[in-house]
Amino acid sequence: MDEKEKIKKFLEQRSKNVNINDDDDLFKKGFVDSLFALQLVLFLENEFKIKISNKDIKEDNFRTINNIIETINRLLKK
Amino acid sequence: MDKKVKCIVWDLDNTIWDGILLEDSAVTLKKDIDKVIKTLDERGILQSIASKNEYEIAMSKLKEFGLDEYFIYPQINWNSKADSVKTIADSINIGIDTVAFVDDQITEREEVAFAHMDVLVIDANDYFKILEIDNMKPKSITEDSKKRRLMYLNDIARKQEEERFTGSSEEFLATLNMKLKISRVKEEDLKRVEELTVRTNQLNSTGYTYSFEELNHLIHSEQHIFLVAELNDKFGEYGKIGIVLLERDSEKYTIKLLLMSCRVMTKGIGTAMLIHIIKLAQASNKQLFAEFLHTDRNRVMYITYKFMGFEDFESENNSVLLKYESEKEREYPGYLEVILDQDNI
Repeated sequence: MDEKEKIKKFLEQRSKNVNINDDDDLFKKGFVDSLFALQLVLFLENEFKIKISNKDIKEDNFRTINNIIETINRLLKK
Repeated sequence: MDKKVKCIVWDLDNTIWDGILLEDSAVTLKKDIDKVIKTLDERGILQSIASKNEYEIAMSKLKEFGLDEYFIYPQINWNSKADSVKTIADSINIGIDTVAFVDDQITEREEVAFAHMDVLVIDANDYFKILEIDNMKPKSITEDSKKRRLMYLNDIARKQEEERFTGSSEEFLATLNMKLKISRVKEEDLKRVEELTVRTNQLNSTGYTYSFEELNHLIHSEQHIFLVAELNDKFGEYGKIGIVLLERDSEKYTIKLLLMSCRVMTKGIGTAMLIHIIKLAQASNKQLFAEFLHTDRNRVMYITYKFMGFEDFESENNSVLLKYESEKEREYPGYLEVILDQDNI
């Protein structure tokens, strides 16, 4: 499974929403509550063995599935 | 352990009643233990069970004694009690360091104490002393604490309905008809506000605590906006579940404290409260800052801020000043009706 599929699967399971497109604004979709946000960050850290620093935790880095992939790839290169 | 106890987990055989139920169906309650249980309940301390027994038989015995409704998430099975205690703390969503465990058998007490160092372990023979233990005496007893068990029972009903629900989480939230009322803290709210500041660890931006006198001063202060949020839905009341303290001067608003009860962690309440504050700051053309103090428990709150457009402005050790750096128009989550008291701004 590639990165995108893993992330999509996590989001779909967590939100029980099966129609999330790569460019959908996850915040606008309204399912980013406090717990979801924390779980998303922890999921990405564990799944991709990265540390998401306080600096990288911001909405633009997580707004869409595509944004999340860019963020992970950037952190993986470090 | 110096924390106030939020949940007491009881054994049954030779703890709540004399005798072993599976050997003798005519067990009798320990003297006045029902009074202990009911008093703890009035104090807002939750109660549960970890007993090696047959579930149906034990529950019907509790029902016979009129005590079944006092226990949430009872763990009556053949699992280890250390596991049962953990399951209960996780189900309620409280730290294990706020749990107490009562059992007559030293082996069970030692097993739980060994697995969970921070659990307060009590010998069942001392049950009549429980009410006198300092950790069992909440700082204050409020309307919300008296209703706490019922609110958790509502939560359990919600969770069951959510599990049955086939649509998305967001669609489910929309079925709850949630109403969030945000109003100025009034004098009669102060005990509950104080209780929230003491009880809340995870969803707490700074962990600042204030004495009753300080809180009372803050509600009359011209330099502060002090708000409390109250939530209800079709299942009933959650009670007063969030507070925010805003300090204002001529150029800026600073959030000194934002906290909410763990029970509303999945309901988007933190987001809604932040949106309200952002709107307040925008309406009066003020810059918006937020103080934040990192602890080992409150990362969730930091992420909430960051995902709402706040960025680190200055930081020193664990203490951060966040600044709201977004121009975006923000709207309350669609599944939530936000009701603002007239005297809000």
